[in-house]
Amino acid sequence: MIGLVDCNNFYASCERVFRPDLIGKPIVVLSNNDGCIIARSDEAKIFKIPMAAPAHKWIDKIEKNNIHVFSSNYPLYGDLSQRVMNILARFTPEVEVYSIDEAFLFLDGVPTPDLVAADLVQKVKRWIGIPISIGVAPTKTLAKAANRIAKKFPELNNSYVIDTEEKRIKALKWMDIRAVWGIGNRNAKKMEYYGIRTAYDFTQKTDSFVRKHFTVMGLRTKRELQGERCLEFEHQPPAKKSIATTRSFAEMQTALPPIEEAICHYTELNGHKLRKKKLCASTIMVFLTTNSYQKLPQYSAGFSATFPTPTNNSTEMIRYAKETVQKIYKSGYQYKKAGVVVAGLIPEDQVQLNIFDEINRPKYQHLYKIIDHLNESYGRQTISIASSKGSRKWKLKQEKLSKRFTTRWDDLLDVE
Amino acid sequence: MTREKTNSKLQFFKADFKSDTPVSYVGGVNAGFPSPADDYLDVKIDLNQELVQNPEATFYARVRGNSMIEAGLNDGDVLVIDRSLEAGNNSIAVCFLDGEFTVKRIKIEKDFCWLVPENKEFSPIKVTSENNFMIWGIVAYVIKKV
Repeated sequence: MIGLVDCNNFYASCERVFRPDLIGKPIVVLSNNDGCIIARSDEAKIFKIPMAAPAHKWIDKIEKNNIHVFSSNYPLYGDLSQRVMNILARFTPEVEVYSIDEAFLFLDGVPTPDLVAADLVQKVKRWIGIPISIGVAPTKTLAKAANRIAKKFPELNNSYVIDTEEKRIKALKWMDIRAVWGIGNRNAKKMEYYGIRTAYDFTQKTDSFVRKHFTVMGLRTKRELQGERCLEFEHQPPAKKSIATTRSFAEMQTALPPIEEAICHYTELNGHKLRKKKLCASTIMVFLTTNSYQKLPQYSAGFSATFPTPTNNSTEMIRYAKETVQKIYKSGYQYKKAGVVVAGLIPEDQVQLNIFDEINRPKYQHLYKIIDHLNESYGRQTISIASSKGSRKWKLKQEKLSKRFTTRWDDLLDVE
Repeated sequence: MTREKTNSKLQFFKADFKSDTPVSYVGGVNAGFPSPADDYLDVKIDLNQELVQNPEATFYARVRGNSMIEAGLNDGDVLVIDRSLEAGNNSIAVCFLDGEFTVKRIKIEKDFCWLVPENKEFSPIKVTSENNFMIWGIVAYVIKKV
């Protein structure tokens, strides 16, 4: 059996751990620059504020209905997510972390998966304060469906197991085809056209029909719904193929220096992520874009550079990032967003050295070890490369940011 | 544990502050004779391991005020809170009461409970079903600067 764990309204739930007074109250969480709504509690969904909506357009509704607004506090969410994943890993044979708030559990050979699931729901709730739901079934796609059922019916106490043919058929007949994992909105219209309303309807179509209209991916989903395992449990997650840092500016930027500075900072963050994962990047891509929602001249460009030798040395990476941003920058535009992506990632110890290399790599490795250590001990940007720290005109707005209760001494919860 | 002194009432232990390297380094020096103590080297004391029984369920908080001073909880002390511990009668707990966090000793009665301060100048608080109340976690240790 495979389990799917999903944290209920994860970001809102994280905020509630340290604000128990907000349990049962509507919460929305905004994206990094406080632009858009990226998470809503169930209570906030009732007010029909759409996902990804720019918050300023909904300010009246938010204030009128006493909806609590938070800036995203990723250090907190990341820490609580890790705690959840650790508990899952402690009490099950294997875990495949799927996202910050979702994970598959490998439960083959576990004699009572229903009891394991119910116990995990309780433990995570009590130990961390995060509500989760678990669906268990023979395949990943069915486990997703079981999870949906666990969430939908309160009497199930957030866990549900599809372990008989009868339960499987019942679940498929209940489930809207659009909510099936892997179907997506793109196929929704087509499904409607062919009269496929539920997951069950879909499984009643012949293989050749499904393959013809919904490709081999659709066929895979059909088989998974029938209980045949097509999506393997990823025992060891594949190495990341790229690392990206992209942000929107708090205010639109027109001049090159602040943009350059932001790019340097993002490059430095990527360098740190690479070193932490003991990886080196072969290429770097920089992009810049204007705000497509506004009636202003539009421009968007990206350009990549290849390193002579794969690297995770921020100083070297910044040199290339700067050259690249100078190439793509054009004056006269209002830039909204910029980003740096590094790709072609290979393990640090598998880098082929280049005999023409002019950089003293061991020396830099040592230097960065010290820099990373200082930044981890005393907070980000204690030490950084001169070009990446300046006026900080582009800094993110984080107005309603909760404290980093679990990762900073200065931010500990106060109790009287 | 490396016991250094046994003739006094206090036992002293070597502290280890790096929880990622809890094992002592053995050998590595080729010159001279091997140390006769090498075979007896033990794992060093790791404060994380001592104070944190269940890392996933452990949170820290800071004491504000003097309501628990007689239990040894002073203003500014850091509490090690273990949310996986069962709340027992007389446990010191971090509670959430009507919108605020508070640390008190809990006394459980039949239909209600008391939050008892450890300071004569404060009165116990009676908690009934009328209150918005939860026991957030149990205090396992107090860390204080002396």
